[in-house]
Amino acid sequence: MGIIVKSLSKTYGSFVALHDINLDIAEGELIALLGPSGSGKTTLLRIIGGMEVSDSGSVLLDNENQANKNMRDRHIGFVFQNYALFRHMTVFENVAFGLQVRSHKLRPSKKEIRSRVIELLKLVQLEGLEKRYPSQLSGGQRQRVALARALAIKPKVLLLDEPFGALDAKVRQELRRWLRKLHHELNITTIFVTHDQEEALEVADRIVVMNRGKIEQAGTAEDIYHKPAGAFVYRFLGQVNHIQGYIRDGSVHVGPLTLKTAVPESVNGQNVDVFVRPHAVGIASECSTPDMIAARVSHMYQAGSRIKVELEAEGIQKTIEAEVTEEYQRQIGLSRNQHVYITFRKAKLFGPDGKPIDYEASYESSSLQAKEEARIPQIS
Amino acid sequence: MKTIWKQFSVLPSFSLTLGFTIFYLSLFVLLPLSAVFLKTATMDWGALWVTVTDPRVLASYKLSFGASCVAALINMVFGLLIAWVLVRYSFPGKRIIDGLVDLPFALPTAVAGIALTAIYSENGIIGHYLQLFGIKVAFTPFGIIVALTFIGLPFVVRTVQPILEDLDAHVEEAAASLGATGWQTFRRVILPELYPALLTGFALAFARALGEYGSVVFISGNMPMYTEITPLLIMSKLEQFDYAGATALAAVMLLASFVLLLFINLIQWRTGRRYAAKG
Repeated sequence: MGIIVKSLSKTYGSFVALHDINLDIAEGELIALLGPSGSGKTTLLRIIGGMEVSDSGSVLLDNENQANKNMRDRHIGFVFQNYALFRHMTVFENVAFGLQVRSHKLRPSKKEIRSRVIELLKLVQLEGLEKRYPSQLSGGQRQRVALARALAIKPKVLLLDEPFGALDAKVRQELRRWLRKLHHELNITTIFVTHDQEEALEVADRIVVMNRGKIEQAGTAEDIYHKPAGAFVYRFLGQVNHIQGYIRDGSVHVGPLTLKTAVPESVNGQNVDVFVRPHAVGIASECSTPDMIAARVSHMYQAGSRIKVELEAEGIQKTIEAEVTEEYQRQIGLSRNQHVYITFRKAKLFGPDGKPIDYEASYESSSLQAKEEARIPQIS
Repeated sequence: MKTIWKQFSVLPSFSLTLGFTIFYLSLFVLLPLSAVFLKTATMDWGALWVTVTDPRVLASYKLSFGASCVAALINMVFGLLIAWVLVRYSFPGKRIIDGLVDLPFALPTAVAGIALTAIYSENGIIGHYLQLFGIKVAFTPFGIIVALTFIGLPFVVRTVQPILEDLDAHVEEAAASLGATGWQTFRRVILPELYPALLTGFALAFARALGEYGSVVFISGNMPMYTEITPLLIMSKLEQFDYAGATALAAVMLLASFVLLLFINLIQWRTGRRYAAKG
């Protein structure tokens, strides 16, 4: 069932939770609502689910306005952040609840309920646990009971509020993959809320990035990552160094550093926000070009297979975060308190209005493009 | 074996706290109660049996336990309702109503008895109108139930209130999203969560009502075989210096209450065990 959200607004007192939200979701899509806390993502989910009433605007499920329908009649599966399982019921009773509360005419027979519940528990890989109480389950198991319970009513839309928020990293990783697979099998239109960009990028077909009650951008993971609509989106998707700069004579000036780039004339003299991803910070032990500035390694730590490096650069107030491979670290003998030279091999510019500047040609001087293996900036 | 008894805790040691608990309970509960049994033991079995099975006494047991049970049941239903209103809704004067709930605790019970009698007697404000329908409250068992309901009101409200406050609102939303009606949600989701607290409230209100004397003597009229409660019979035996007879009745009351409370605790333990299990 497709979902259409039309100019939805919601305020709580003076706090604007949602402002003029428009969103089209196709049947069978898997959508992530991504944003920091307070961005309105959960409010949007709850309005679609019928748990909250919007001040204005409408929600259409299958082109049918839901305004006069309460939660009970919307036939939407909802999975809560804290699972909201019925503590006094067994796993079986929890999953069967949605079938048992149906009116006589619509209620399946006991046998049918039983086989449906068992089938669902098989689907969520919880066979044999139907007699347990929620308190006797692990977090991941509870999560799956909540999902089975929501699926029992054969919903046309599945809404999940921070589905993996309360789980530890490993379980989370598994459940994410599993959710993708499940969605692939059942093909139910699914929306989930998350504040974890990695989760959104990994699981969703399409990501809706929200901030302060507005949609910043909606698109595929690729779109959002590579063509951010604004500074907020770029900053929210992964770590980034944010430095103030200004444009003069077609070059971007960041502290003492000058980044040669083909910025359009129209933005000359303007202040810009310069964003540099940690992997685009080039580190060298010697100053090989005039485009480099001196820096000191203030902290270094292992992050997976890569080394994260924190740097204090001359003329730049903020700590610069960089990332290098283990091989490169060994090659140049990078260590704490060492004096090095850095440059920005790639940067994205955003104007004061938060919109990207010269989007396609964002700073990427070919002369500065280092060989990925060596990660040494080679300057002509 | 030691580790089963003693688990690490930040509180003072197990032996100290348990020792104090036993000492305290002995001093304030067991010692006075054993005096009751000791005094009763001065009677021989025959005399004891005659005393505790006297028809007037039997009628008083029935009235005492019956009226206390009815009053506690009434309190269970309406206490839940009051707790619900206090937790779920906000309205002007909520604090005042919240405070009013405790008033039956603070009021001397004799005052409550006199006030209730004044209101429910034939020329009282309410009794006057009830009279028109042929309903008599004061000086009937009905009046006793009114008095016992009054003094037991806070128990259920105060035991249910915190549980209701802690109840996860999402659970109700989950039930509704699965298609449950309001009534189904209440009966199948909310009520089971409240059972242990409701039972505790019931037990407390019931126990309190059994021992109540002050408020009942005014409104009941104390007619033998009709509105005479056991505590009153105990009092009158004491006034006649029949100490052994008084303690005999007291012992019967005590044993019966103990068995009943134990039974209620057992039910509660069974319902509570289900989801108290550590996850």
